[in-house]
Amino acid sequence: MTQAQLAQGTSPLLAVRDVSVVFGGIVALNGVSFDMHKGQILGLIGPNGAGKTTLFNCLSRLYQPSSGDILMEGASILSRPPHRIAEIGIGRTFQNVALFPNLSVMDNVRVGAHSKTSSDIISDSLRLAWVRRSETHVNKKVHEILAYLKLEDVAHTVVSGLPFGTQKRVELARALAADPKILLLDEPAGGLNHEEVYVLGDLIRRIRDERHMTVLLVEHHMGLVMSIADHVVALNFGKKLAEGTPAQVQVDPDVIKAYLGSKDQ
Amino acid sequence: MSAVEEVVTEAPAVEAVPKRAMTLGTGTSLLVLAALIIMPIFVKNFIIFQMTMLLIYGLAVLALNILTGGSGQFSLGQSAFYAVGAYTTAVLMEHFEVNYALTLPIAGIVCFGFGFLFGQPALRLSGVYLALATFALATAMPQLLKLNFLEHWTGGVQGLVVTKPDAPFGLKMSQDMWLYYFSLVVVIGIYLLAVNLLRSRSGRAFMAIRDNEIAASAMGVDVALYKTLAFGVSAAITGIAGSLGAIAVQFVAPDSYTITLAVSLFLGMVVGGVGWLPGSIVGAAFIIFVPNIAEGISKGLSGAVFGVLLFLVIYLVPHGARQVAILGQQLAGKLRKN
Repeated sequence: MTQAQLAQGTSPLLAVRDVSVVFGGIVALNGVSFDMHKGQILGLIGPNGAGKTTLFNCLSRLYQPSSGDILMEGASILSRPPHRIAEIGIGRTFQNVALFPNLSVMDNVRVGAHSKTSSDIISDSLRLAWVRRSETHVNKKVHEILAYLKLEDVAHTVVSGLPFGTQKRVELARALAADPKILLLDEPAGGLNHEEVYVLGDLIRRIRDERHMTVLLVEHHMGLVMSIADHVVALNFGKKLAEGTPAQVQVDPDVIKAYLGSKDQ
Repeated sequence: MSAVEEVVTEAPAVEAVPKRAMTLGTGTSLLVLAALIIMPIFVKNFIIFQMTMLLIYGLAVLALNILTGGSGQFSLGQSAFYAVGAYTTAVLMEHFEVNYALTLPIAGIVCFGFGFLFGQPALRLSGVYLALATFALATAMPQLLKLNFLEHWTGGVQGLVVTKPDAPFGLKMSQDMWLYYFSLVVVIGIYLLAVNLLRSRSGRAFMAIRDNEIAASAMGVDVALYKTLAFGVSAAITGIAGSLGAIAVQFVAPDSYTITLAVSLFLGMVVGGVGWLPGSIVGAAFIIFVPNIAEGISKGLSGAVFGVLLFLVIYLVPHGARQVAILGQQLAGKLRKN
């Protein structure tokens, strides 16, 4: 693969170094390391309780690793509070959809651009010229994203009433609004039907290619991961089991035993 | 792991309206404004005074609406901010002979600081616990105002008498009428600023926090900062309402600003519709006039009658005046079609 060849020469965009997380006496992650290179779609797989979500929450700074480090473009992110992760180019979606239910689709996506803009309450109250300019800019961007994800028809609808599949797309739109370098997707295929999963896979690849993003995909749906990921990391019981191309991981005996073996795929 | 997920999927503390529905249409707004401008010309001074109080309480309810409807934080301590605003004005006017109009922004700034600082410990609390902490603030405030070493400034238990301003520029207008128009201008100005704020990036951050703190934080919203800012803004507006109140009533005393006032404002917000800014004035009308109506029905049991009336409102229109407005709009739409 050209992508992988390109990646080998350059330093990683995101590096997970020996990360361990301990909750009380339970080791949720045990010395996990891997690299993510620019333009990659990296699939993170593993059975329930393998530590995928824990790792994900370390990346979005909801958990503090007990040891190890996470580097974004060479700089540690571990001293950053959760709200200062978006500004360095890490965007995310949530496993069970975490939208702002009482806001419209448009406003949800506008909040996504929060880290890219600035304002203060006085300028906002007075609607000063620079605030209006910034809002116009944000609106243009939001409309572009809504069109990209075919959400224009529901732009002014309150999200709580939308179907689940649409809400998932709104969440994706909200993450895209900040133009992240890395997009963290937590089980994007969860709750979607077969056809929707197929469309989603296509969409993730398009986002990577057209919007030049790097994607970390945490996913249960093996079919999706194996079809779109360039690189797969398999976890079990908080440890890295295997790493490589989908083809390599698929035939890894440990992975088959831990995960694939338990499912008839 | 589950703790985080629970928070993520948790329903918001306040069921609120989307931003678009937070205000009235232009036509309705102008109609209400015209009514507010014309009305005093036809009524007696006492009624003008009551209308001034309506505007003032409306402003205080609006402030609570920004905090609760906007950022999802509860407060039963608004009477404390109201008191600080009122005393700031009274002390500045009576001890330093500052012009009454100038005391308003000063009270606003003082209360913003006070609210912002109070918001810091409040960050660790949410929902009913925050309501309890603010309750403690409301209970403490009258006692703090009675403290001996502050007596020289605050007048202690006696309070302070405030001089009512005359109409300026030789306008032939009663003091009450002038104060009404003065309050109207202030209230409308603040209402417009509040609408702008809630429609802006900051307002969206407030509402994002209200709906889902973890998601808001992942989008780069500094949850702690915006929560304390919401407290500050709410306290500043409540303080300005307190200033106007002190000037209108011509008197400040510690026992005018007890927890009862805070509860009344809370009630006004619920009756007006949480998160619906125009409802604030309806809520204020409820807390000013309904007790009088209750007294008219039964002098001895006015409290019980008030309770029954309140029950009726909550039972019939749980979303308050906002619900009535939506029903009215639908009805008007149907009539137009026929």
